[in-house]
Amino acid sequence: MNVMTQTMNAGAAIGQQPKAPKMQARDVRVHYGAKEALKGVSIDVSNDEVTAFIGPSGCGKSTFLRCLNRMNDTVPNARVSGSITLDGRDIYAPTMDVVQLRARVGMVFQKPNPFPKSIYENVAYGPRIHGLARKKADMDIIVEKSLRRAGLWDEVKDRLADSGTALSGGQQQRLCIARAIAVSPEVILMDEPASALDPIATAKIEELIDELRGRYAIVIVTHNMHQAARVSQKTAFFHLGTLVEYGDTSEIFTNPREARTKDYITGRYG
Amino acid sequence: MENNPNAHTVRAFDKEIENLRTLIGEMGGLAESQVIDAVGVLMRRDVDEAAQVAARDQQLDLMEAEAERQAVTIIALRGPLADDLRDIIATMKISNIIERIGDYAKNIAKRVPTLSMTPPVAPLVIIPEMTKLAAAMVRDALDAYAHRDARLALDVMERDQRVDEYYNSLFRSLLTYMMENPHHISASAHLLFIAKNLERIGDHATNIAEMVYFSATGERASERAKSDETTSISANSGK
Repeated sequence: MNVMTQTMNAGAAIGQQPKAPKMQARDVRVHYGAKEALKGVSIDVSNDEVTAFIGPSGCGKSTFLRCLNRMNDTVPNARVSGSITLDGRDIYAPTMDVVQLRARVGMVFQKPNPFPKSIYENVAYGPRIHGLARKKADMDIIVEKSLRRAGLWDEVKDRLADSGTALSGGQQQRLCIARAIAVSPEVILMDEPASALDPIATAKIEELIDELRGRYAIVIVTHNMHQAARVSQKTAFFHLGTLVEYGDTSEIFTNPREARTKDYITGRYG
Repeated sequence: MENNPNAHTVRAFDKEIENLRTLIGEMGGLAESQVIDAVGVLMRRDVDEAAQVAARDQQLDLMEAEAERQAVTIIALRGPLADDLRDIIATMKISNIIERIGDYAKNIAKRVPTLSMTPPVAPLVIIPEMTKLAAAMVRDALDAYAHRDARLALDVMERDQRVDEYYNSLFRSLLTYMMENPHHISASAHLLFIAKNLERIGDHATNIAEMVYFSATGERASERAKSDETTSISANSGK
């Protein structure tokens, strides 16, 4: 009965406040030593949409992406100011458990980086350290579900004991996505997830992003303009450490408001 | 490239867009002169030249096919976005519209032999003025296209009403003319179609101007009310 009530309350809350942002960044600045890499970025990340960050190299988009799960904590000299909230809670608060945060806000990198372990272990590792499965049978379920959601299950179900590094590049990347999914994240950050893949593997990743949409808030950094146009509903254009323009993807790519956005996406930049 | 801040990093892209725009400019010039020539041979009752005008329309058809081929190639190979995308889409539509304008000119030219066999009807004198207006709209719409000039495009849109007014008045006088003397019906009916063609040419120039406006600004020009009143004019009210 409790569950029922909770579900109904949650439904009512969603009805009352459509599209409450999953993550909210306000005036986020990042310094690497004396250099200001990010100059006050404010943006909302929506729960049920894919947000693409685009911009030339060095524009701050990856730096900002890394702020969203405090990956910049590991960079020496990096200093982050401003506020970023996840479901309204400040992720830079001293009480925030960073390990927990990174489970809730997962990350997929440009180069597939599976552990040099079996396919099964690659997916099971996260749930195990987070204590998400007590029994082997529970873990089996998590592994299968994660691999299915990552669109990899049918390709690997008969060789789960094989090394993750023996898979093709595209499969490795989907394995990394399965690994991120396994700890039941709420947000998935992707930093150029398909730039090292061939067009077929890229299409599979893009299809996967579309399938995952709605279940997770997804933020993707990409240099491929048409990829951003294909996979995202919201696009943010970064330039020289500032957020120049943020809006509906269809609008940004057909009728951007800012001249700098237009010049960049039409290939007139620099 | 340094001279033009609007240039693409990949210069071949600029060249392809420029080639396509040049082709559209040529098409527009040809369509405009086809309209003027068609009405010229009509007024001079020059049956031989009328056939030549009609035959020249084929050139516009070929140019339209070429423009479409180039536009499709650019979309496939360059993946244009933002104003480039709007530009290419507008260009494809404009080439199609120009081809239609050519068809109307051809249609006028093809009526010349028939009209030359009948005594001239008085309301014909309105046609050259109306043609001047419609042809100027075509020329200015294409100028607006060439210079991405949204203001000139708006100006063209506003002028459409004057062509409509010419058409309305011609419609009325032709009705009266036909009622007064049934011998004039054949010539008057042909003239009515010619006037309608010119009125449609004005509409098409307006459509081009709307495309140009959209391509240049990213916004649609607001819908204007059409001022074709002839749908409600009857023989009785024509008196």
